[in-house]
Amino acid sequence: MLKIENLHASVAGKEILKGINLTIGAGEIHAIMGPNGSGKSTLSNVIAGRDGYEVTQGTVTYKGHDLLAMEPEERAWEGVFLAFQYPVEIPGVNNTYLLKAGVNAARRHRGEQELDAMEFMQLVREKAKLVELDQSFLSRGVNEGFSGGEKKRNEIFQMAVLEPSLALLDETDSGLDIDALRIVAKGVNTLRAADRSIIMITHYQRLLDYIEPDVVHVLADGKILKTGDKSLALELEERGYDWVRAEEAAA
Amino acid sequence: MSEVKQERKPEEFAGREYQAGFITDIESDTLPPGLNEDVVRHISAKKNEPEWLLNWRLEAFRHWQTMTEPHWPNVSYTPTDYQSISYYSAPKSQADGPKSLDEVDPKLLETYAKLGIPLREQEFLAGVAVDAVFDSVSVATTFKGKLKDVGVIFCPISEAVRDYPELVQQYLGTVVPTGDNFFAALNSAVFTDGSFVFIPKGVRCPMELSTYFRINALNTGQFERTLIIAEEGSYVSYLEGCTAPQRDENQLHAAVVELVALDDAQIKYSTVQNWYPGDEDGLGGIYNFVTKRADCRGARSKVSWTQVETGSAITWKYPSCVLRGDDSVGEFYSVALTKMHQQADTGTKMIHIGKNTRSTIVSKGIAAGFGNQSYRGLVKIGKSAEGARNYTQCDSLLIGDKCGAHTFPYVEVKNPTATMEHEATTSKIGEEQLFYCKSRGISEEDAVNMIVNGFCKDVFNELPMEFAVEANRLMEVSLEGAVG
Repeated sequence: MLKIENLHASVAGKEILKGINLTIGAGEIHAIMGPNGSGKSTLSNVIAGRDGYEVTQGTVTYKGHDLLAMEPEERAWEGVFLAFQYPVEIPGVNNTYLLKAGVNAARRHRGEQELDAMEFMQLVREKAKLVELDQSFLSRGVNEGFSGGEKKRNEIFQMAVLEPSLALLDETDSGLDIDALRIVAKGVNTLRAADRSIIMITHYQRLLDYIEPDVVHVLADGKILKTGDKSLALELEERGYDWVRAEEAAA
Repeated sequence: MSEVKQERKPEEFAGREYQAGFITDIESDTLPPGLNEDVVRHISAKKNEPEWLLNWRLEAFRHWQTMTEPHWPNVSYTPTDYQSISYYSAPKSQADGPKSLDEVDPKLLETYAKLGIPLREQEFLAGVAVDAVFDSVSVATTFKGKLKDVGVIFCPISEAVRDYPELVQQYLGTVVPTGDNFFAALNSAVFTDGSFVFIPKGVRCPMELSTYFRINALNTGQFERTLIIAEEGSYVSYLEGCTAPQRDENQLHAAVVELVALDDAQIKYSTVQNWYPGDEDGLGGIYNFVTKRADCRGARSKVSWTQVETGSAITWKYPSCVLRGDDSVGEFYSVALTKMHQQADTGTKMIHIGKNTRSTIVSKGIAAGFGNQSYRGLVKIGKSAEGARNYTQCDSLLIGDKCGAHTFPYVEVKNPTATMEHEATTSKIGEEQLFYCKSRGISEEDAVNMIVNGFCKDVFNELPMEFAVEANRLMEVSLEGAVG
């Protein structure tokens, strides 16, 4: 699904990613953990195609295509989805309207017929239930006046509607209370599929209790220092990140 | 900021090429350029006006000669040479006087068709009566009969002067006096046509009244005069839409609109202005210097101004309300878009005189490219305006970093019982908002349109249905490529 090789990227001339290698197969869930400033969000932004992130070296191949050559919207059409750490408010723009524009742009791209208003509303109602999102959110402005938890649920709701092949969840658990976390996790688990890969970026092991990853990576100082199974996450929770760095230094 | 992709230059923000830029080939009966008393007399004679109106014009002209053009608006332009403008131009076929749309010059109808406003279709589908002003003389007025049944008068003002002279004489210039300001004085002296609306006591006008203005002949200033009178307990919604063909030289447009609302009357006045804004280098375009004022003369009367201003090289207008009647209400909802080299200094004046008068101001300014715009608003609470209330909200949205937005709110309160609220924001179309939309599969241009339309929503909600759709479309067309 996704193959990242020797990826180097800078922000404002400062190198943040220093040679990332990562391969994610179809249907896999990978957790990327790491301390603040390790480059986790930079990695998700580079994959989603945000401006201001300069790739200086390396390649990212998605479904056999050069992902870095695509515009962000093309990536979305091809099934890449980013659940934002801090979803932005867009006042006056109807939540459903934005999603419908996105869904239909992707359908046009694939040569499929666009969904009409009725079909779309049906789809949206069904998906809103997945994350227990009240119907009233559908007609509100995008994230306008949403609480932190509602914003995160809205992200997973959008993921459910857009049905991506590769979803990046950037600290989707941060700022969630335990009930909201459970709802969001349930939503994500429902969306697990053999043809859908998920990258979860998180600080905390807590999320992994609810969404079980196949692989856990430790990202620090712009590199993946260690890769393991979910037991690695438990070890990190217990011992912090310094021992991983020390191991790396010793090697 | 981006080092991955080359940033777009502000020069590229310039919107899509002006779609209405074509010139209709109709023979014009045009006066040579220049302005003096003879020209004023000539216009008056051409229109067979009564003596009182000629004298009214001459008084205005004499007053105008003593005045100087105002320079306080936050705009800059090459001064207009008032002697190089022709002050009268009428399509020649007017001499025969078309009695129905079928008799209208087909080329004129074609022009409207190109603009997407087919009169006949509107007549049938939208139920809208259209008083089309082509250059300076009204050539088509529809639905007159239907309106006549309920006693509503909707006709070119020149016709009203002929058919209802007492009404015109009673109200003309009572809201905007001849000497009110430089441009109003000029308009009073040389106005050629415009609309006249009279809604009698207790009548709710059965349809939205609509006028499409269009400036056509080369180098012709257009001076519209509109007068709307709503008698006690009546209601009218008036729609004004404007677009002009492409032109190299600047054109002056100095209209005057006067509204009079008596006891319990309501007037809703909506404008979509899409005149030629000039080219990408800031050459040409319309100078839109307009005086619009409503007199809420009666108790519990209400006037709403809603405007969407996307055209013109320079816009200078402040649709205002004089809240004279007790419990009268004034509203101003505005979206102004300046892109390329457009400049706008616009806003409103709410003059509270009566007791418990209320006013609401919602102004949304969008600046892109090298566009520059100012909100200028005055809220004045007079001594007698016991319990007056005002709410003002001014929001500006900047697209790119070469444009500017300014806010000049003036407040004068002479009564301590007044309640005033003011909110103002300035924001940029965020890179974050754009990226958010793009990451959901929405192209950059669609994303900008979506964000801008969302920003304007409060105002668009105030527009009549037909205009709301048009306004949305207009913003989309205007903003194409305007991404920063």
